[in-house]
Amino acid sequence: MTDSGFRLKGSVVTTILLEIQTFSLDDIVFHLKEKIDQVPHFFNQAPIIIDISKMKRGITIDEFELLIQSVSALGLGVIGWRCDPEALPVWKASVTIPLLPASKARSINTSPVDKENASPDVVVKTVVEERLVPQATKVITKPIRSGQQVYAEGDLIILNQVSAGAEVLADGNIHVYGALRGRALAGVKGDVDARIFCRSMEAELVSIAGNFMLSDALRNIVWKDSAQVLLVDDSLEIVPL
Amino acid sequence: MAKIIVVTSGKGGVGKTTSSAAIGTGIALKGHKTVIIDFDVGLRNLDLIMGCERRVVYDFVNVINKEATLSQALIKDKRTKDLFILPASQTRDKDALTVEGVQGVLEELAKEFEYIICDSPAGIEKGAQMALYFADAAIVVTNPEVSSVRDSDRILGILQSKSKRAEEGREPIEEHLLLTRYHPGRVALGEMLSVSDVEDILAIPLLGVIPESEAVLKASNQGTPVILDTESEAGLAYMDAVDRLMGEERPLRFLEVQKKGFIKRLLGG
Repeated sequence: MTDSGFRLKGSVVTTILLEIQTFSLDDIVFHLKEKIDQVPHFFNQAPIIIDISKMKRGITIDEFELLIQSVSALGLGVIGWRCDPEALPVWKASVTIPLLPASKARSINTSPVDKENASPDVVVKTVVEERLVPQATKVITKPIRSGQQVYAEGDLIILNQVSAGAEVLADGNIHVYGALRGRALAGVKGDVDARIFCRSMEAELVSIAGNFMLSDALRNIVWKDSAQVLLVDDSLEIVPL
Repeated sequence: MAKIIVVTSGKGGVGKTTSSAAIGTGIALKGHKTVIIDFDVGLRNLDLIMGCERRVVYDFVNVINKEATLSQALIKDKRTKDLFILPASQTRDKDALTVEGVQGVLEELAKEFEYIICDSPAGIEKGAQMALYFADAAIVVTNPEVSSVRDSDRILGILQSKSKRAEEGREPIEEHLLLTRYHPGRVALGEMLSVSDVEDILAIPLLGVIPESEAVLKASNQGTPVILDTESEAGLAYMDAVDRLMGEERPLRFLEVQKKGFIKRLLGG
């Protein structure tokens, strides 16, 4: 299939973010080690990003390289670093690891906020962050027969019927341009905005983010007609199209 | 190049073997050299329906295991020229069927025959999967009731995912729906699914509708394929189905409730 011997693909990786507020290498290493010792298997070879955008004062290239080495020595894998885009240090090009774009994730401060006590010199924050890469839509042209199961990481489009006893699942939306007679589960990873659309609603079960409805209930709302299913305030709504 | 046709259904007792015998005979009557293979190892029935049970010496499994040659195991039909039967083994089970073994037998048959009809066992397990694995076309036998239709739907899914054609990404198996044991009177009363109900659920082309008929049971007990009974509606409906399989146009018949004649009503028939 590929002449080049490889394929380039997008992927989502869960990483740990080390947000440095005050640079004091010994303190950082000490407190970080303490955290690691609590759950060593979680941190072992875990990918980590060093973020210096919240630092009050600047940091030199030597200090920064030392920090990378110290963090690596603790068994973590430093995969990149982050900085306030408006305060990029002059030495940014000489760093050996990649500079990553600034975060949009909310940071959760794990340190106790206590104004009477002196604030600790170093606060290690672990922000588990997922970067979402849009997933490709899966398109199926053949009928989905009884006993078959189809799952899509993104949206699922079926240009044929889904037979009774078949099951279609998607992390995103589901479109069925034929009769939907089997089970359709959209937003299976918890996406409450996912919807199901179909030409002829005859489903055994429809579900969005775990909220489901069976055919007995569906019959009283829309049956053998086009419909969409969406979640409104934790309850399923079946709307004729 | 021989055409391999599997007669399958998922559900048991819907008329697979009756249909295999009738359709195989019908194709042979048209002058095509045809062999019907019984894949129901352990529950051998085709030889009974074909009336050749007393002539079985060697069987399909013997040929796979090279204990007998094909010409020793093949039984030539006495009524129909160009028709042969390869019986199943009654003493073995489905594990005796191997992909390589079945492939070898089919390749050898393909040199000599134009049509190879594989009479599948019921179920979706090994025996049924072996029967459909090498198929070019499938006749899905269905009764007009929900459980049979559901099982046919399941077997259609297997045809399109577990057959050799599907695995090699070749043109998919050609699908034909054969509706058997159809009773127009009960359809009119709403006790049975209609032709259009079944077509709507399965969404595959209709090859034929065989009406429920006493002639089928009579033919089975006599060991004569019902297609040879040209007096019966079932026999004629099978012949129509064979004609359609050969690419001819035939209108559907025997779908309407027959009005009882005056005399018949008088006699309470």
